Amino acid sequence: MTAPTSSTTAVSSRPGAATAPLRRIRLPKKLRNLELGLLIFACAINAIAVVLVELGALGHLDFTLVFLGAGLSVLVFAMHIVMRYLAPDADPFVLPIATVLNGIGIAEIYRIDIANHDSGWESAAVRQIVWTAIAVLCAIAVIVFIRNHRVLQRYTYVFGFSALVLLLLPMLPVIGKNINGARVWIGIGPFSFQPGEIAKIALAIFFAGYLVQSRDSLSMVGKKFLGIRFPRLRDLGPILVLWIVSMAVIVFQHDLGTGLLYFGLFLVMLYVATARVGWVVIGLVLFVGGALIASRVLDYVQGRFQNWLNPFSDHVYNATGGSYQLVQGLFGLAHGGLLGTGLGQGYPTVTPLAESDYIIASLGEELGLIGLFAILCLYLLFVSRGLRVGFAGQDDFGKLLSVGLAFAVALQVFIVIGGITRVIPLTGLTTPFLAAGGSSLVANWIIVALLLRLSDTVRNQPRLVVS
Amino acid sequence: MNREIKRVSIVVLAMFLALFVSTSIIQVGAADSLNADARNSRTLYASYQVQRGSILVAGQPVAESVPSKDTYNYQREYPQGPLYSAVTGFFPISGAPTGIEGSMNSELSGTSNDDFIDQLQNLVTGHHPQGNSVELTIDPVAQQAAYDALGSQQGSVVVLQPKTGRILAMVSKPDFDPNTLAVHNVTQVDATYQKLLKADGDPLINKTINELNPPGSTFKPVVLSAALESGNYTLSSQMPNPSSFTLPGTSTVIHNDSLTSCGAGSTVSLETALILSCNIPYAELAIKLGSQAIKAQAQKYGFNTSFSVPMHASASQYPGYSDQAKLAMSGFGQADDTATALQMAMNAAAISNGGTVMQPNLVESVVTPDLQVRETFNPTTFGRATSETTADSVAQTMVKDVSEGVASNARIDGVQVGGKTGTAQNGTNDPYTLWFTGFAPANDPQFAIAVVVDNGGGLGQRGDGNSVAAPIAKKVLEAVLGK
Repeated sequence: MTAPTSSTTAVSSRPGAATAPLRRIRLPKKLRNLELGLLIFACAINAIAVVLVELGALGHLDFTLVFLGAGLSVLVFAMHIVMRYLAPDADPFVLPIATVLNGIGIAEIYRIDIANHDSGWESAAVRQIVWTAIAVLCAIAVIVFIRNHRVLQRYTYVFGFSALVLLLLPMLPVIGKNINGARVWIGIGPFSFQPGEIAKIALAIFFAGYLVQSRDSLSMVGKKFLGIRFPRLRDLGPILVLWIVSMAVIVFQHDLGTGLLYFGLFLVMLYVATARVGWVVIGLVLFVGGALIASRVLDYVQGRFQNWLNPFSDHVYNATGGSYQLVQGLFGLAHGGLLGTGLGQGYPTVTPLAESDYIIASLGEELGLIGLFAILCLYLLFVSRGLRVGFAGQDDFGKLLSVGLAFAVALQVFIVIGGITRVIPLTGLTTPFLAAGGSSLVANWIIVALLLRLSDTVRNQPRLVVS
Repeated sequence: MNREIKRVSIVVLAMFLALFVSTSIIQVGAADSLNADARNSRTLYASYQVQRGSILVAGQPVAESVPSKDTYNYQREYPQGPLYSAVTGFFPISGAPTGIEGSMNSELSGTSNDDFIDQLQNLVTGHHPQGNSVELTIDPVAQQAAYDALGSQQGSVVVLQPKTGRILAMVSKPDFDPNTLAVHNVTQVDATYQKLLKADGDPLINKTINELNPPGSTFKPVVLSAALESGNYTLSSQMPNPSSFTLPGTSTVIHNDSLTSCGAGSTVSLETALILSCNIPYAELAIKLGSQAIKAQAQKYGFNTSFSVPMHASASQYPGYSDQAKLAMSGFGQADDTATALQMAMNAAAISNGGTVMQPNLVESVVTPDLQVRETFNPTTFGRATSETTADSVAQTMVKDVSEGVASNARIDGVQVGGKTGTAQNGTNDPYTLWFTGFAPANDPQFAIAVVVDNGGGLGQRGDGNSVAAPIAKKVLEAVLGK
């Protein structure tokens, strides 16, 4: 496939005149109507979840949160209406999935608030609703202001630079904040923000733009070894820079998960852009090597490995920063079993950070394995919609970006839930859409908007060549 | 590029597959073992969702769960905490319950297998399960009297119904307040528990069933039973009556408590020796009967057997002796003889009950939440210790022991009381253990009692069973007889 690096208007100039009226006959509203139906369903699930939480944990109905939730639904429907005009051909599943995940997250956070007797601004659920509102507004803004994703490609290096700045912000003396041992926050007054979440998107855009430009030099030359073509030494620059950045995040910000996320994201996008397995091999060797060294040198990484391998040994369990949280999370999941205790009926608050890092354990306890499977399927569907945009995309930048964004969500889900369920060592990342945390919500809703915009472009384009 | 995206899709699928597998393993495969982990407080919290049944004495709760506003939903309360502490035990939020709380736990929490159908129904109807209540055999008058009579002494009192084995009173001192161990604060519970664990007199140990002491002279009726049962002896059988006796094969000399011979004659009857509680005749008798005969007799009374009342009651010991000196000592409840208060009450009960030993028991019935009696505990026989004739002979001797012998402090006007005192030696310089065991009224025995006072009743080696333990028994018997 060719690489149309410039954003020419080839689309409309070729058979555009013929297809434009045809599109209208094709009833583009069909997708939006499907989306509307799914949205109503999603909002109904969310409302039921909140009601069940109140009946289960409070024993009576309290309409405050139902009204707040209804306000959110209105906002989501507003986004739907905006899309009817500005992105009529966008994927109909992405928005409902994000809505239902976000809503279930709010219900569970609310449930934990009730157990902790938090209300008003103390309530994480109320803050989560406000952040969701901000996040949805950001998503609408993205839909409104970015009419064509290729605009983003023009600012490739601006995004790259922004990502770097965002990453470095928490290291600044005044605004940087250290929470739970990780220095990934900035705080201005009472507000705190995790700029790394936004950096994730900036990085994906930067990688897509950069790789589209330089993939020729990264994929064409190099020696073959063991049937795999490896790049020249001087082409190793970019991957080394990324490796250093990821390692710096791990070493200086004490954030294993984010380091893994950035590096995994870059590796996958590099592979998709260059089609060279050699890059993946080099990347994995670099990362595993770095992680091994880190596990020996850095106490906190070493602790995470210990917790992962021997969580049930009394020594590890009782240690400061030991496996207490991990094991309590496992107990919670086991207590939920196949069917779950029912919303509001379990004991999620026994586990520390039940509303943020451990929201999945809380949901697993109350919704059971069945509930977790449903959530995992929703994520899988969400990611697959993103990958689908990558498949059907017409331009390499769009393809790379959608694959990158979708994979970022998938990897983040894997790192968090895999950490809680002992597939990999536990790292502190947020579960997309579910976990309490404003920055994560804003970032993920922007991803939603970008994927919607990308999918709209894909369907907008006549499919002359489908490879 | 699409080929690569396809491969990435496969990787994504594999990642999710790993999560499907890992969550399945945790939530289904390993769920049972995770739920059984002692550190899993959720299992404990879940047990508090159940309104635990009450422990009842004469229809009144001595332990009950009342709704509370915290995570645990119910607070366990003991309205007369210290009075019943030996009976109820305690139900802590961390650790294992004790007493009836522990031994009847599955009934109280409604999780016994008998409740399976109810549990299924609850799953369908959404009702929270409720535990069963346990009605005890305790007589509140006897319990209160025993508690008051023992006062500040360290020791224990057991009252039995001779014909049925029902335990009417069970008091162990020092006591404790189970309410302090039922608070919903693990740190506080642990601190209280550690304090009680280290406290003088081991308040957490139920001395009536789990403290073993040498029975001293209260063991003599057992030896007398063995003698009468052998057919070779009667109450008037004569034994040599020296004022001192050198234990065979040793230079150790033993005396009677009076430090003289037992009465005036050169021989003394078994009856008189018991009434005057003389050691030498019973040492001689033990040697003549032999270890096997005494051991067999003791075991028929319940020695060497542990009982479940339903708490575990330690087995009292008569080990059997090949050493003649020890055998002689065992004839008056020393050497390696040990007994619980419960066992000595069982002896008295059997003697007054025509020789039949009843299983001691504390639980009258189990009552379901809808007030149906699920289970009643009918009196069961442990076995026959002696023939009726032997039992009556021993009983009469014990009555004389009170009316004209050395157990004079247990006399009650207008009631025939049978009894035997004991003043047991522990170590050369250690304080004595003071005993009384008996029954009343002798013509129609309603109550059998054992009183143990540890630490010589604070009198070191100066106190004896008659001066310290017998008055306690007297007070209890007076209360239950309405005197």
